Amino acid sequence: MNNFLFGRYLPGNSWVHQMSPQSKLMLSFYFVIVIFFANNLASYAALAALIAIVILLSGVSILFFLKGIRPLIWLIIFTVALQILFSAGGTVLWKWGPFSVTNLSLINGGFIFIRFLLIIMISTVLTLTTTPLAIADGVQTVLKPLKKVKFPVDTLALMLSIALRFVPTLMDEMETILNAQRSRGVDFGSGSLKHRVQAAVPLLVPLFTGAINHAENLSTAMEARGFSDSEHRSKYRIYRWQLKDTVSWLVFLLVGGLVLYLRK
Amino acid sequence: MKDIIQVKNISFNYADQPLLFDNLSLNVHEGEWLALIGQNGSGKSTLARLIDGLNVLKQGQIIVDGLLVNDENILDVRNKIGMVFQNPEDQFVGATVEDDVAFGLENRQVDRKQMHHIVESSLKNVNMWDFRDRIPANLSGGQKQRVAIAGIVALSPQIIILDEATSMLDPRGRQDILNLVREIKAKNHLTVISITHDIDEAAGADRVVVINHGKKIDEDVPDKIFSNTEQLAQIGLDAPYTSQLIAALKRKGVNLNQQYLDSERLIAWIKQLVSNK
Repeated sequence: MNNFLFGRYLPGNSWVHQMSPQSKLMLSFYFVIVIFFANNLASYAALAALIAIVILLSGVSILFFLKGIRPLIWLIIFTVALQILFSAGGTVLWKWGPFSVTNLSLINGGFIFIRFLLIIMISTVLTLTTTPLAIADGVQTVLKPLKKVKFPVDTLALMLSIALRFVPTLMDEMETILNAQRSRGVDFGSGSLKHRVQAAVPLLVPLFTGAINHAENLSTAMEARGFSDSEHRSKYRIYRWQLKDTVSWLVFLLVGGLVLYLRK
Repeated sequence: MKDIIQVKNISFNYADQPLLFDNLSLNVHEGEWLALIGQNGSGKSTLARLIDGLNVLKQGQIIVDGLLVNDENILDVRNKIGMVFQNPEDQFVGATVEDDVAFGLENRQVDRKQMHHIVESSLKNVNMWDFRDRIPANLSGGQKQRVAIAGIVALSPQIIILDEATSMLDPRGRQDILNLVREIKAKNHLTVISITHDIDEAAGADRVVVINHGKKIDEDVPDKIFSNTEQLAQIGLDAPYTSQLIAALKRKGVNLNQQYLDSERLIAWIKQLVSNK
């Protein structure tokens, strides 16, 4: 659970915490798109400055962001290395067989690194300052227009919030099953690939049957409490669009415009 | 006394299984605490589900507070009944304590302002208000059952059905939950049906119904039911602790002409016996 950053909400009362989840979701999405428009140092600098301000406003320690990067570090290094070694063009600095390093590929590699960093930063800000429930709610609000094409938005939101609620429960259960099977002599995580796949069966089958049992009991309990369909319900929590959301959007749109102006 | 639930000549079986109930009838009086005891597989939980309309009846009628349990009335019937199930984990719908209590209210499309008010008072009622932001993974079994009860209190039902609600709790958690339900029952004049294996829990009821293989074999006040220890043994149930103590005393030559007393009366009797000597 320790490296599991998704859903690791850090309570707080900062500017970013107080924004409504739907606008945070949309802003993150918008920001990722803007990142792909940036293609020179000046535009990346503008985005980095924006992210720095967002992190400061979120009141979350920078350590958490480094933690967020850690599980992805190999993927980042791998991608950046590929980019540096295989892209052509520019003056060749070093060459060995099919591999070559040019000044352009170095710059491109650096940009990809910054891109990764920025995307991870913005998504970490989102998950650290928003409860999973609020994210589910934000998704529901953002997808609301899809109702017009008969897409079951409310049902999807309900499924999402139940799924998020059961993540820790199923994790606990997995731990229990793992230990129970270990105590009966199942060896997880060693031996050949075939052996490992076989060892997963005594973990997966009870986990699945357990999940089905949970589902059956939960649906009975929901029905007993008067649940009939996900559309005709009122809502206990509501996340309203606030002044803070408007101001944030204005700043983000401004920076987006700046990036478009600065790019080559 | 008015009968709040009338079960009239019902027959029921699950698909591809023999008849579980054959012409069963049962009445629950308004305001009483009824304990339903019996072995595993005797049909207690199925009966509770039939009353709440969670399983569909094939023959006979169930009437809850004047309403026939059928497709038409199902939501009204469920408004009158609150059920607490066995597994605390599986009935926690909301992401946090507060959201779980609000779930039933959301289903009834209660206005948001009112909802916040009701959720607060129900959680304070079960002493869980300080835990309102917790997620279920960070709560104990007893606390989850408290939240489940709060979720039901919020809907102010007339009937609470405890479907082995305390069977996964430790003795203290069990006692706490039962005391809590007793308090709420007295405050709101509720009818409680408690389905249980726990003889000591049943001993606190106003009336006990014994079910075996889908048949009602006895119904009476706990004193009478637990005096008949042979019948209890026959259907695989334990006698309550005090009955066992009385039996042990009899073997030692101390004679008491009753088979069952609750613990207070038994203590009083022993005190008297000792002071007479």
